[in-house]
Amino acid sequence: MDFLKVTSSPHMRHEDSTRIIMIDVIIALCPALIWAIYIFGVRALTITLVSVLSAVLFEFLYRLIMKKSQSIGDFSAAVTGMLLAFSLPVSVPLWMPVVGSFFAIVIVKQLYGGIGKNVVNPALAARVFLFLAFPSEMAAFTKPFEKLPIFANTDIIATATPLASLKEGTAPSQRTFDLFLGNNPGCIGEVSVLLLAAGALYLLARKIITWHIPVAYIATAAVISYIFPGSGMDAVQYVICELCTGGLILGAFFMATDYTTSPVSAKGRIIYGIGCGLITMFIRICGGYPEGVSFAILVMNCLAWYIDKFTKPRVFGGAKKNEKK
Amino acid sequence: MINIKKMFANGIINENPTFVQLLGMCPTLAVTTSALNGLGMGVTVIFVLTLSNFLISLLRKFIPQQVRIASYIVIISGVVTAIQLLIKAYFPDLDKSLGLFIPLIVVNCIILARAEAFASKNGILPSIFDGLFMGLGFTIALTILGIVRELLGAGTIFGFDILLRFGYTPILFFILPAGAFITLGVLIAAVNSIRQKAAECKRKKEAEKS
Repeated sequence: MDFLKVTSSPHMRHEDSTRIIMIDVIIALCPALIWAIYIFGVRALTITLVSVLSAVLFEFLYRLIMKKSQSIGDFSAAVTGMLLAFSLPVSVPLWMPVVGSFFAIVIVKQLYGGIGKNVVNPALAARVFLFLAFPSEMAAFTKPFEKLPIFANTDIIATATPLASLKEGTAPSQRTFDLFLGNNPGCIGEVSVLLLAAGALYLLARKIITWHIPVAYIATAAVISYIFPGSGMDAVQYVICELCTGGLILGAFFMATDYTTSPVSAKGRIIYGIGCGLITMFIRICGGYPEGVSFAILVMNCLAWYIDKFTKPRVFGGAKKNEKK
Repeated sequence: MINIKKMFANGIINENPTFVQLLGMCPTLAVTTSALNGLGMGVTVIFVLTLSNFLISLLRKFIPQQVRIASYIVIISGVVTAIQLLIKAYFPDLDKSLGLFIPLIVVNCIILARAEAFASKNGILPSIFDGLFMGLGFTIALTILGIVRELLGAGTIFGFDILLRFGYTPILFFILPAGAFITLGVLIAAVNSIRQKAAECKRKKEAEKS
């Protein structure tokens, strides 16, 4: 008569654990990684591995030194390392992902108390940190299929990304379909919209992420670029260019949807996505940098608690909004 | 009569103006791009704080309650102007690198806070010591901040090459304002952790005694 036993809630449990979720995210990122290895060479894999290993190592060392329970088993550090590598150009020196991982894991994540307690997305914060710390290395993008050494430092001739061309008011030299496929210069993991979308569909199908944030984010970016087309292109083509370049797709599906740093309710997530889209397009069109995804998501991360506060759903049977008790 | 040892500990650690009271954040974040700037700002504040505490304590029974803040500001700006002229005359380089932040010491909250909280209520000698130790605490904090930022952001300390000779790439980020906030946050966390541990040790000792 086990089922007659009275226990305290929760009564329904789901077998999803942090570990399973993180493994799913890694699986979803793999197609983009394979594409990166194909287009940028084995160096993309080296950078990713260095980033992942150093992130896990720093997490392990910090928890060990501070005498806290070990948490590398949940693979969250590995995901952070992977996302960080995805947002770096392939030509950066190998020590740079290590510095970035240290910043992401120790400063942004562990000093706030570890997984679930960080205010902003660690991988994005580390990307912005590296971007401000080493501006020239972080803006050096190589052409696809350029032979890069696997380990040694590179000495490359930087080429303009499609986003930089858009910023300067000229149409990108690549065909629009190439932009969608990912045959263009850019950060390791952000180029192939097609494969990122495939990974995102997997996450949606597994119900790891909900559609609210990415759809609100991408739709807002699309609407804004439709209203303010630039570069002498017609509006629809411009919209496709804006959506398919830079880190928008990677950011919208894999970074803005981070559980810890995004709002909880559906309404809140839509507001959050719209905010991300507005700030991204504001920086892309009016700002000094060609890309605004990382800044936009960081700013909205800081506002997530505020959005949560104002979209708190009514307790079932509780008082209505304007109803006085 | 006055507990100098306790006041010293208060100024340096327990009530450190930067790390614990979080006063005077504007110069703390703005001028600490190098260790020398931090030290120069700190020493300037020691002089201003000691002199203003001394003068305000001297005049504390004479200044009417209603206009005390205005009077303190007049005294503080007088002291700051005098010291600014001295720096201009004897340390023109420091004057150049600190620039606008020297006259801005007038509105530094540490000085007014110590005038209001301490000098206006205490005798001349304790007020002088308070200004000295609080200024010293401020100087130490700014110098540490400056050393960390200069070391990471330029690879040097007080202009001496420390890391550059090992092929270190300076992390520009730490010279930028964002680097100031993050370095300060990490240092405050470290000081808090040290203070908590010290308090715990003290509690244990007292528990053993009783």
